[in-house]
Amino acid sequence: MNISTDPWIWISSILSLAILSFLYKENPFFRAAEHIFLGVANGYLVTFYWHRILMPILFRPLFQQGQLLLIIPFTIGILYLTRFIPRISWLVRIPIAIYMGYWTGVLIPATIQAQIIKQVQGTVLTSANFQSWNAGAWGIVWSVIVFIGVLCTLSYFYFSREHKGVIGVTSRVGIVFVMIGFGAAFGYTVMARISLLIGKLQFLLGDWLGIIR
Amino acid sequence: MKKTIPLTLIFIAGLLGVISFVIPHPSYQVYDEWIRNDLLRVLSAFAVVLALGSLLRVHFDKIKRKRKNWQFSWLLLIAFGGSAVVGLFGGVAADGVLPTAVGSFQFDIQTLYENIVIPLASSMFALLAFFMASAAYRAFRVRSMEATLLLVAAFIVMVGVLPMGYSISKHLPGFVQWILNVPNVAGQRGIVFGIALGVVATSLKIILGIERAWLGGGE
Repeated sequence: MNISTDPWIWISSILSLAILSFLYKENPFFRAAEHIFLGVANGYLVTFYWHRILMPILFRPLFQQGQLLLIIPFTIGILYLTRFIPRISWLVRIPIAIYMGYWTGVLIPATIQAQIIKQVQGTVLTSANFQSWNAGAWGIVWSVIVFIGVLCTLSYFYFSREHKGVIGVTSRVGIVFVMIGFGAAFGYTVMARISLLIGKLQFLLGDWLGIIR
Repeated sequence: MKKTIPLTLIFIAGLLGVISFVIPHPSYQVYDEWIRNDLLRVLSAFAVVLALGSLLRVHFDKIKRKRKNWQFSWLLLIAFGGSAVVGLFGGVAADGVLPTAVGSFQFDIQTLYENIVIPLASSMFALLAFFMASAAYRAFRVRSMEATLLLVAAFIVMVGVLPMGYSISKHLPGFVQWILNVPNVAGQRGIVFGIALGVVATSLKIILGIERAWLGGGE
């Protein structure tokens, strides 16, 4: 056994154990680690925004280089803080409107392009799609399965008519595809979490206690 | 005025967002880059100030009124204040006015981030492995066709992507790839279509002022 003498490894390990103690039940050690985590993470956030955005993009160009156009974002940004002054707190809506409006506007054509047009292109039965599988004649079968699967999945989420008759059958088929999709996503997520757990155990048993290499 | 100005602004800003996508001409892109790189990034920084102000207010209030578990709020405030001072005055790369080392012991913001934030975040996510296993067990107890399908697909994917999967059957990794490429894509694509249509509809409602929940309460 070769226990670490690095104080940061001790701090990380003790805080990690405090978080993992939640497996037993919620306890003061978990709460303490949780609050320290939030505090330091937000402290880092302040540092990041100050040194990477506010100083190089706003304050230095505005006050040292005299780029007066930056008075506009500065003034609009300040309006966020009116949230703390009840009499004029409605002014906070102005920066929110500009920020949310712009990104909402960007989202509309981007979503139509990437998540509707491109997905339709990948679903329809064309010879290009058959060949994209690189599986010979099987490419046609896989494309047909994807095509039917997408239509059936959409019919499962179509609630304007009762799921009876043809829609009843297609929605039952649709749920099979949806559940296989969820299962695959679930499997991948579990694998990711378990690999994090393995990394954590390696850190505690290797880097900290020196039991394993 | 309290609603008309924000609703007019969100409409104009929304139009600018749409235009940035449909007019990729350099003469317009100059303005668009200013909006994205200067205006919106500065606004996001001030939004963080608002969020932190709100967080601090909640915890000061908790301490003042001695609400349940108020003692832990002190820990948050001390950790926040300490790391913010170290980061703001010590600099990102330990190049600020505040010394960030005592002998060989360093405590600059990057060290704090690597030794507190990263390990604690990974511990939090590692915890989820246990809760997901528990959720999978509960789902399996339901014994419905859907729950069984979900768990069988998850199990095959998990085993199939491991080296162990190949030793069970040399066809298993290929079968997993087929599940991921064919039925998984069909199911996910159907859901993506639904989400995309929802995103477009909600975005239009926001820009056109039909959806006004973001204005909050009051006048």
